[in-house]
Amino acid sequence: MDPASLLPSLLTAAWLIPLASFVVIVFFGKHMGPHGKLAGHVATLSIGTSCLLSMIALFGVWLPSHPVEAVSHGASHGTEHHEEGDAHQNDHEADPHEHEKEAASVGSSPYQLASYALVAEDSHEEDHSAHSNNDPPPYYTGEYYTLASFGSLKLVLSYYIDTLTVVMFCMVTLIATCVHVYAMGYMHDELHDFTDHEVTLSNGAHLKRPGRYWRFFQYLSLFCFSMLGIVIAGNLAMVFVFWELVGICSYFLIGFYIERHSASTAANKAFIVNRVGDFGMLIGMMALWASVGTFAFGDMQDESGKTLVTESGEIADPGLFTQLRTAENDHHLVPTEQIVKDGERLAWVEADGSSESDSKAGSWLLLIAGVGVFCGCIGKSAQFPLHVWLPDAMEGPTPVSALVHSATMVAAGVYLTGRFYPVFTPEALLVIAYVGAITLFIAATIAITATDIKRVLAYSTVSQLGYMMLSLGLGGWMAGMFHLITHAFFKGLLFMGSGSVIHAVHTNDMTEMGGLRKKMPITAYTMLIGCLAIIGAGVPLVGMGLSGYYSKDSIIEHAWSFADKNPVHIVLLIAPVLGAMITAFYMFRLWYMTFAGEPRNKQRYDHAHESPSTMTTPLIILAVFAVAVGWNIPSTDVGVSNMLQQARPVGTLAASQGVLLENLTIPSEHDAHNYYIPAGLAAFGTAAAGLLLATIIYLWNLLNPSEIKQSFRPIHSFLWNKWWFDELYWAIFVVPTMMIAKLASSFDRGVIDTFLHGTAATAKGGARVVDAVFDRTVVDGSVNAFARGTWDFGLMLKKLQTGSLRQYILFIVVGALVLFVSAFFTIVIAGS
Amino acid sequence: MLQLPLAHLLNEPIGVAHFMVVGAVMFVCGALCMATKRNALGVLMGIELVLNGANINFIAFGSKYLRNDANTLGLDGQLIALFVIVLAAAEAAVALAIVLNFYNNHDSVDVDRAKQLQG
Repeated sequence: MDPASLLPSLLTAAWLIPLASFVVIVFFGKHMGPHGKLAGHVATLSIGTSCLLSMIALFGVWLPSHPVEAVSHGASHGTEHHEEGDAHQNDHEADPHEHEKEAASVGSSPYQLASYALVAEDSHEEDHSAHSNNDPPPYYTGEYYTLASFGSLKLVLSYYIDTLTVVMFCMVTLIATCVHVYAMGYMHDELHDFTDHEVTLSNGAHLKRPGRYWRFFQYLSLFCFSMLGIVIAGNLAMVFVFWELVGICSYFLIGFYIERHSASTAANKAFIVNRVGDFGMLIGMMALWASVGTFAFGDMQDESGKTLVTESGEIADPGLFTQLRTAENDHHLVPTEQIVKDGERLAWVEADGSSESDSKAGSWLLLIAGVGVFCGCIGKSAQFPLHVWLPDAMEGPTPVSALVHSATMVAAGVYLTGRFYPVFTPEALLVIAYVGAITLFIAATIAITATDIKRVLAYSTVSQLGYMMLSLGLGGWMAGMFHLITHAFFKGLLFMGSGSVIHAVHTNDMTEMGGLRKKMPITAYTMLIGCLAIIGAGVPLVGMGLSGYYSKDSIIEHAWSFADKNPVHIVLLIAPVLGAMITAFYMFRLWYMTFAGEPRNKQRYDHAHESPSTMTTPLIILAVFAVAVGWNIPSTDVGVSNMLQQARPVGTLAASQGVLLENLTIPSEHDAHNYYIPAGLAAFGTAAAGLLLATIIYLWNLLNPSEIKQSFRPIHSFLWNKWWFDELYWAIFVVPTMMIAKLASSFDRGVIDTFLHGTAATAKGGARVVDAVFDRTVVDGSVNAFARGTWDFGLMLKKLQTGSLRQYILFIVVGALVLFVSAFFTIVIAGS
Repeated sequence: MLQLPLAHLLNEPIGVAHFMVVGAVMFVCGALCMATKRNALGVLMGIELVLNGANINFIAFGSKYLRNDANTLGLDGQLIALFVIVLAAAEAAVALAIVLNFYNNHDSVDVDRAKQLQG
C-alpha cells in the first residue's frame, strides 16, 4: 500500500479514537456499568487500539517504505565512531561578507549564501557530496479542513507525519495504555462513595462524595486525543489549539480532587503559569505569521506525497522550514526579504542600509519568533523561570502524574522545540541552552531535600526536561529527542512505582517509609531499574547500558563539544555533569529511603502490601522498555535513535555561527563524537559518585543525614524552600497583582459603582415624574375617556332596545318614511 | 281650485301610477296593522299586507302593457313577485311556529308581553 495515504489514515484513526471514547464517556459514562466501571474499559480499549494502529503505522508502513540506515552519528555508539569523528575537519571558518558575495553563483560550492553556516564539513564520508548540509527529512503532509483564509493566509487543520511523529505516537499511546490499565487498579476507590480524608468540613467530618471513576477516564481520553493532536499537527496554529487543550486537560486532572484546597490551587497555578508562557508563544507566532505568511511545517503535497511545484519548477506552497532554509542557501537559516524588512521596524535595529544591518534586522526578528515560541515550551515543559507549577501539579492522582506530568504533556514543550528546530537561530539556541542548564541544576538541587516521593520525581522530571532543552540548545537535536523518548519510559515507570507505594502505605512522605522492598518486591525492583535508567547506568567505553545511558551520555558529549568551541559558555558543560551526580544522588536517596533499611513507621509498614496485578503489569512492561528502548532490535539497525535520525530537521546537521553574537558557534552534531571518551567517563564518574554518596548516607548510614542537615542549615533551608521561588513570585507578581486588583476594586466600587448607581437613581426619578405627569394623566386619561364614552354610548343605545315588537315596527316605519322623504326631497331639489 | 295631489289620476286610463297607489295603500295598511295590533296573528297579517303591497309594485313595473314598452319580455316583476310569495309562505310557517311556542309559554299571543329582550 501507498504510505502517503495509509499513514495519515492510520494515525488519524489512532488520534480520533480517544476522542470518540471521550464523547461516549461524557454522555453515558455515569451509566456504564456499576458506578461507571465500564468507562475505564472503554477508555483503555480505545487507547489500546490507538497504540496498535500506531505500531502498525511504524512497523508495518513506515519502516518497510523507509528502511533504517545504520547512521553513525546516532546516540547508540559503537567503537568506530571515534575514528570517524576524528576525521572531522573544522577548518573552514569564513567571513560572512565573503559568503554573501559568492552567493550569487549558486552551484556545488560549499560556500553558499549562509548567514549562519560558517563551518562547512567537507570531509564527512556519509554526507551528500553536493551538499554540506542535510536535506529535509521524508515526510507526508496534507490538510483535513480549512478553518479560515485571509487572502493568501490560511488557518487549517493539517497533518505532518515524519518518523518523529510516528515514534511519538507509539511512545505516547504505549505509555498511555500502560497508565490506563494501571489507573483501573489505582482509581478503584472511586468506584463507590469516596471519603476524602484530606478534606475536613466545617462540622469536623470528612467529605463524603460519590465516586468519579468514569470522569477520570473521560479526562484521560480527552488528554490522549489532545496530545496526539499536538504530535500529528501540521502547522503551528493547530499545535497551539491542542497545546491549550492539553493545558485544560492538565487543569482538570490536577484538580481532580477539587474539594481539596491544595488541588484546586495547584490546578489554577498550573493553568495560569502556562498562560504566561503561551503569551510569549503568541508573540512568536504573530511574528512568523506576519513575515513568513504560513504556519505550515511542510510544503504542500499531492495525494501521492510529492511536493507540489509550479510550472517553473518552484515549490508551490512552501512551508516555514522551506522558506527559511531554502535549497539555494544550502538549507542554512537565512532570513527572507520580508523578515528583514519587518525586522528593520524593530526599535533597536539600526537600519543604515548596509548589508550587515540587513541581516541583523532579520536575525533579530527570527530571534524574537524563536524565543517567543520557546516561551510556550518553557511554560509547558516547566522550565526556569516557569517551573514552579509542575511540583504542585503532583496534587493530581498518580496515574496523571505518570502520564501527563512526566511522560507526555510536559514533553510536548521539548517536542515542539524539536519540531520547530529549523527556525531557531544560534542565539535562540543559546537561550534555550541556558534555560535548560539553569533548570536542570535548580530542579536537581531542590530534589535533594524534598521528602515527598512524588515531588522528588517531579523535580527530577523538571531537571530531565532541562537536560533535553540543554541538548537541543547545544545543537544536539538527536540527543535531546532521544532523551525525550527514553525519559518518558523510565519516568512513567518511576511515577507509577511511586503510585504503587503510595497506594500501599497511604502517604507521600518518604520519612514514614523504609524497608518496603520485602513487602512489595515487584514495585521495588522495577523502580530500581527506573532509577538505574535515569542515572544512565551503563558500561563506559563498551557502549552497553540502560536506555538513559545512551541519551544522557550523548547530551554530555554535546555539552563538551559546545564548551570546547565556546569556552565562554563552560557553565553549560558544568551544569549537566554536576546535574548527573545530583540526579544519581537524589534518585538513590529516594530508593533507599523507600525500599531499603528499617521501616520508619511500623504501623504503615505492617499494612503495606504489593499492589494488584493491574498495577504491577504495566510496571513490568515499562521496566522492560526502560531497559531496552535505547537498543537496536538485535541483528538489525532498527532502533529509536536510528529512526529519529530519519526525522532530522532540515539543515540542522551542520555547524552554524551566530550573527548577533559573532563568537557563538553551534557545533556540528558530528563533532560530539570526538568527545565520546571524556564525556562518557565524566558522566559515569559523576553518576557513580552520586550513587556512592547516596549509598553511604542512606544505606550504610556512615553519615547521619540530620547531622549534615544541621551543619549546612542555611543551604538546606534554601533548598527545602525551593530556592524561595514561590515566595519570590508571591512577592513580585502575586502581591502587586492583588494590590492592583484591590485598588481597581475600590475604584470600581467607589467611583464606577457610585456613578452607575447615581445614573440609575436619576433615571428612576425621571421615570417617576414621567409616570405621574404624562402616563397617568395624558395616556391613561385619554384611554379611560374613550372607554367611558363608549360605555355611555352603549347605555344610551340600550334604552332604544325596549323589547316591544310594535315599537320596533314603528321605528322601521319611521325610518322608512324618513328615507323616503329625504330621497323625495333630494330628487325634487336636484330636479329643480 | 284646491286640487288633491293625486286627483289627476282619476282622469287618466289605468297605468302604473294607479297600481302604485293601490300598493302604497296596502303597504301603509300593513305597516299600521303591524304597529298597532297586539295580537301576534294580526301582526302576521300586517306582514302579508306589506309584502303583497310590494308585490303589486313589482308586477306593475314588470308588465309591458302597463309601461307601454314592447322591447322586453317583461316577466322579471312577476318572477320576483312569485319569489316573494314563496318567501312569505316560508316566513309565515316559521313565524307561526314561534307564535305557537310563545302561546305555549305565555298562554297568550300578545306581543306586548314579549319584552324579555329589552335592554
